[in-house]
Order: sequence, then structure tokens, then C-alpha cells
Amino acid sequence: AGDPAILEVQPWAQALGDGVDARPYGFPSPFEEQVKRRNVDWLTADPVSSVNFTPLHDLDGIITPNGLCFERHHAGIAEVDPAQYRLMINGLVEKPLIFTIEDLKRFPRENHLYFLECAANSGMEWRGAQLNGCQFTHGMVHNVMYTGVKLRHLLERAGVKTKGKWLLAEGADASAMTRSIPMEKALDDCLVAFKMNGEALRPEQGYPVRLVVPGWEGNMWVKWLRRLEVGDQPWHHREETSKYTDLLADGRARRFTWVMDAKSIITNPSPQAPITHGRGHTVISGLAWSGRGTIPRVDVTLDGGKNWYPARMDGPSLPMSLHRFYFDFDWDGRALLLQSRAHDSTGYVQPTKDELRMVRGENSIYHNNGIQTWYVNNKGVAENVEVS
Amino acid sequence: ESFDLGREATPEEVAAWDIDVRPDGRGLPVGSGSVTDGEEVFIEKCAVCHGDFGEGVGRWPVLAGGQDTLAGERPVKTIGSYWPYLSTVWDYVHRAMPFGDAQSLSDDEVYAITAYLLYMNDVVDDEDFVLSKDNFADTRLPNEGGFFMDDRHKSPIFARTEVCMTDCKETVEITMRARVLDVTPDQAADEPADETMDQEAANPKSTTLAVVPEPAASADPGLVTMGEKLFRKCKACHQVGDGAKNRVGPVLTGIVGRPVGTVEGFRYSKPMAQAGEGGLIWDHKSLGAFLADPKSYMPKTKMSFSGLRKQEEIDAILAYLASTAE
Repeated sequence: AGDPAILEVQPWAQALGDGVDARPYGFPSPFEEQVKRRNVDWLTADPVSSVNFTPLHDLDGIITPNGLCFERHHAGIAEVDPAQYRLMINGLVEKPLIFTIEDLKRFPRENHLYFLECAANSGMEWRGAQLNGCQFTHGMVHNVMYTGVKLRHLLERAGVKTKGKWLLAEGADASAMTRSIPMEKALDDCLVAFKMNGEALRPEQGYPVRLVVPGWEGNMWVKWLRRLEVGDQPWHHREETSKYTDLLADGRARRFTWVMDAKSIITNPSPQAPITHGRGHTVISGLAWSGRGTIPRVDVTLDGGKNWYPARMDGPSLPMSLHRFYFDFDWDGRALLLQSRAHDSTGYVQPTKDELRMVRGENSIYHNNGIQTWYVNNKGVAENVEVS
Repeated sequence: ESFDLGREATPEEVAAWDIDVRPDGRGLPVGSGSVTDGEEVFIEKCAVCHGDFGEGVGRWPVLAGGQDTLAGERPVKTIGSYWPYLSTVWDYVHRAMPFGDAQSLSDDEVYAITAYLLYMNDVVDDEDFVLSKDNFADTRLPNEGGFFMDDRHKSPIFARTEVCMTDCKETVEITMRARVLDVTPDQAADEPADETMDQEAANPKSTTLAVVPEPAASADPGLVTMGEKLFRKCKACHQVGDGAKNRVGPVLTGIVGRPVGTVEGFRYSKPMAQAGEGGLIWDHKSLGAFLADPKSYMPKTKMSFSGLRKQEEIDAILAYLASTAE
């Protein structure tokens, strides 16, 4: 008597598998085919100008695999020929410049792990719980090791004039995406990146070159970067007026809300990843991040916020990167109301959704970093809810 | 330290890529275009997504209307209601539109489309208005003053120093649940069976819908509902119902059965006013004929709508308008 998985000889233990030439660029096991980016059809008019979501509930650690990084395009994926790629710097500079990719790679290279979060991540939840799954409520974030060169080196090479206080970054795709970036940030930690997790950027992430703007909203990380213009004022282009401005309840709107506030999410269990093992030892896991620094602490509650416990932070703690936390406990099989609450290195504490609505109203769309609640019933099934 | 890498850009190269425009007009090329020219280009190249009157088709962006909605429950953010600067319109249309054929419009066409968008948004009311590099900076959008710099750090959320860890509240109740709406994309494998939900889950204490369902119509519901949907074509100019105001066009609440040209406070074209004085009533027949081909039925009408082609659509709009009467 015993387990047939042990008692019987399995096919993989007997027959030969593929040789080394069969998979020159490897893919995940076919048993993992449900691990994929997903779209929410009703959100946008057309998938060419739309977004899909990282399957956070299927991942662990803090690195997002390149093929699972959420996508946001405004005119589809530009397929840029690297041989035809040029980066221009013009405007208030001593000398307008052109760089090829080879030129860029001759500047001193750096590697940094940074999260990229869309400012609209969780934006569908402002009016209340809508989507069942952290992939959909929180999946517009990914965390990648970038290789690139400091933007500062390129700007210094061009010679920024003293009046040059702003930088316009422009993409080469058919939306010619533009954002205004203050010079202080551009000279501080921005990168012009050409690798992600060690390999070339994926086309959907801006191949061959994208801008990296650590801790700031994803829309500013211009993909397929083709031009940087130095100016004395911001440009107030479409993506910083019509979009990416935060409408408040009184009808006025905040502009230039660049920094991503501290946020956390329990990825397991969650609606797409229920508890299936029944009562007993259980691992709760999640992610936390802040555009202002590191995450030294995350609290977890099992009862909707009556009592909180410090979670166990695990793995590297790097500024403006995702942090992994765990909470290990013995589940007695009773229904749970799970929440996580991030504290960042500036002392900022992640607010509840209701606290956010008090100061923002419900029309803001962007920068929803409120505490998420999962209701887990006695069968382990999880649902997106809000609590009093 | 500076690295001697890259090469100097030629003036021609900079000119080819340096397309951005700023609120002070910097970056605008020489050129001009009128409202009427703009209407023609817009109908041909933009209306397929944005609608003849900028009302938006499907989920494509609405470009006109929405004034006075920003502080309401359903803000409509358009060029007229929300965008702070006209330069953003010119810059964006020029760099990214038409969708799928970017940077194909001539500079004059972009001026003309921008002029027509001003007209649709009531920023200019003269069809002969011509927008050019010279008068561009003089044209301001209504919501320019509606924005302010990020001040999140002043919010009470940033002032918190301590958090509660134990016995933080006496009771916790579920106030809202995603399952009520069911707008999550289908994932058969991930969907738990309903019977696994326990009793409490089936009976939430209170529920607030995030997406409000359309109200049911009282009479001839199918036709009225269809008409209400079709009325989106008209909404850029006409309002109905509580709090409706005259806009580009008159309020249409209870218009069916009413004498022509008599909505208070609206300045009608001469022929329209005269038709009303002559005793014409907007009934199914007259209003239907007007909607089928406005300019033929009522020459010189101010209504710039090109007409509804299908009788079914006319019937639906009429049923909807009739349902708006008190």
C-alpha cells in the first residue's frame, strides 16, 4: 500500500527528455501555464492602448520575471530596430547630442533593483471592492534589476544650461509618450537602462532603451526612449494634465504627484490563490514597497484590524524596491479578515481605504495605496471585501 | 567628469524630432485653421472613435462637455471641463493622433482640429473663428486654475506617528464585497464554487455598488433604453432631466408635444423661432423628420448634427425623449 506517485514508475523517470538543443531560450514548465499576465477587458477601449496585470499571487521573493512584468502601452508595442536606435538630447544644453546604444553602453554602468508601479494601480477600487484577485487590484507593479547608465552622465556631457530646470522625456512609439521631470530628480538617481534582470529589455518594456525614475509613478519611465529635452518650465503634456492628475472631491486636482506612497498587499492567500490545505500551519505572504525608501516593517491582522502582528521581513531590503514579508501561523479554520499595513523608512504608515477617501474623495483614480482586505471563509476561499 | 561620447546633433535632426509644444506657445509652428475646416477633418479622421461631437464612442475618450461635473459623483474630464492648457491639445493631436496614423496631420489640420475642439467645448462660439500661432496664447481653457502642486505631505495621513496593535476596534463588519459586482475577468480555475461561500458571505451587512446599474425605464423599456444610449450622441449639446441647462443646444426635457423653438433662455435660429410662432409642434412626425436630416427640414438651424440614418434610432430617441416628460 502507498502513494501511486511513489509506487509506480513515472514516465519522466523512465524515458529520455529533451536534449539541450530543444529549448535554446527556456520557458516555464507546461504545468505553470496559468501563471500569466491578464487583461481586464472592460477597462479600456482597445488592447493596443491598455494594461495587463502581473500575477502577484503566483510569484514569490521580490524579483518579477521579465515575461510577467505588467504591460501598459498607449499605441501598442513598438518594435524598435536597435541598429536604427538614436537617443537625442536637445534644448537648453551647450551642445545637442546623439547617442547610439553602443555609445550609451560606454558610460559607467550601474545595477539597481527598483519597483515600477503604475499610478493607477488599485485605481478601480476607489469606489469600493470591485475585482477579485491581487493580480487585478495590485498587479500594476513589477520589480526588476536594471542595468543602465546614470542620466546625469548624459546630461553633463551635453552641458545643461543654468536655466535648465526641467527635462522632457519622449518615447519613440506611435504615442510619442512625453513626461516632464524636474532636473533635480534627473540628476539624482534616474537611469537610462538597457537591461532588465540581466537580459535586454523586453519589447513591451521599452526595448532597446527605457528611462528609470526610481520610486516615481510608472508613466514617467518612458519606454523606447528617443529624446530628452532640457527646458526652463514643465511642458504640461497630456499625460500630466488630462491623465496622472488627481481629482479631489471639491473638483480641484493635484498635479505632479510623482512619488509612489508606501503600500502593501497580501498575495497569498488571495482570491486567485485560496487556502487549499485546510486548518493547520499556514504561510501568509505578501509584498510591500515605498517610493520614499525601504520597508522596515509590515503589520498583519487576521481579524480585520482588531489586533495586529509584526510580519517577518525576508530578503534584501533595498530602497524603492519590493520587499517580501511572511506571517507564519496555525490556522484554526475560522474565517479570516486579512490585511497588511506597511511602514516605510520615513515613518509613513499605509492608510486605510476610508482614511484615504476622507482626504481624496473617490474620483482620484491615481495613487490608491489604501489597506486591502481579503475575507477568507472557513473553506479557505478568499474574496476582496471592505470592512468597517 | 564628462565622457567624450556621442556626437553633436545637426540642426536638421533636432528640427525633425523637436515637436513638443508648451503652454506659452513655444514649439508651435506657423499655421492656422478654422472651426469649419476643423469640423471637416474631425468628422473624417477623429469621429470614428470620439463621435461627431466629441462625445466618445464606446470607451474612447470624451472630448467635449462635462462642464460642472468635476465635483460630482461622475466627473466627465474633457478638454473643456478639465484640461488646463490648449497647447496640450495641439501637442497631443500632433504627436499621437489619429490613433494608428500618428504624425500624419498637417500643421494647419492640427490648428483646425484644435479650433473645432474649442468650438465643441464652447470656448469659442463663432464658426468662423480661426486659430493660429499668433492668437494661440490668448486662448485659455476654463479649468486652467483648477490644478495645484502635489501637497500630499500636508495630509493628516502623513502626520501619523503611532499605530494601534491590540484591541484596536470592538467590532468589524464587512461593508462591501467584490462578488456583488462580478466584474473580475473569467478564470474558470480560479473561481470558487458558490456553495463554498458561507452564510455570512451570502448575506453581507450592507452593500454599496461601485458600478451603479442603469435605472429601469417605466414605459416601452427596450426602446427607451436604446434611446437613452443613443442620446449620448446628443449629450455634448443637449441636457435632459433634473438640473438640465441650455448648452450648445436647448434643454430637451419634455420636448415631445411642445411648440417648436420655445425653451426658455435659448437663442434659436430665426427659422426655428418662426416655425414655433407659426404653430409647429414637436410631435413624432415633425421631430422625427428633423432628426433624420436637420439641415433639410429646418434650413439654417444652429444644430450641426448630420442626422440619424435609421428609423429605428429615431424611434428610440423619440421614445426616450418622450419618457423625460414630467
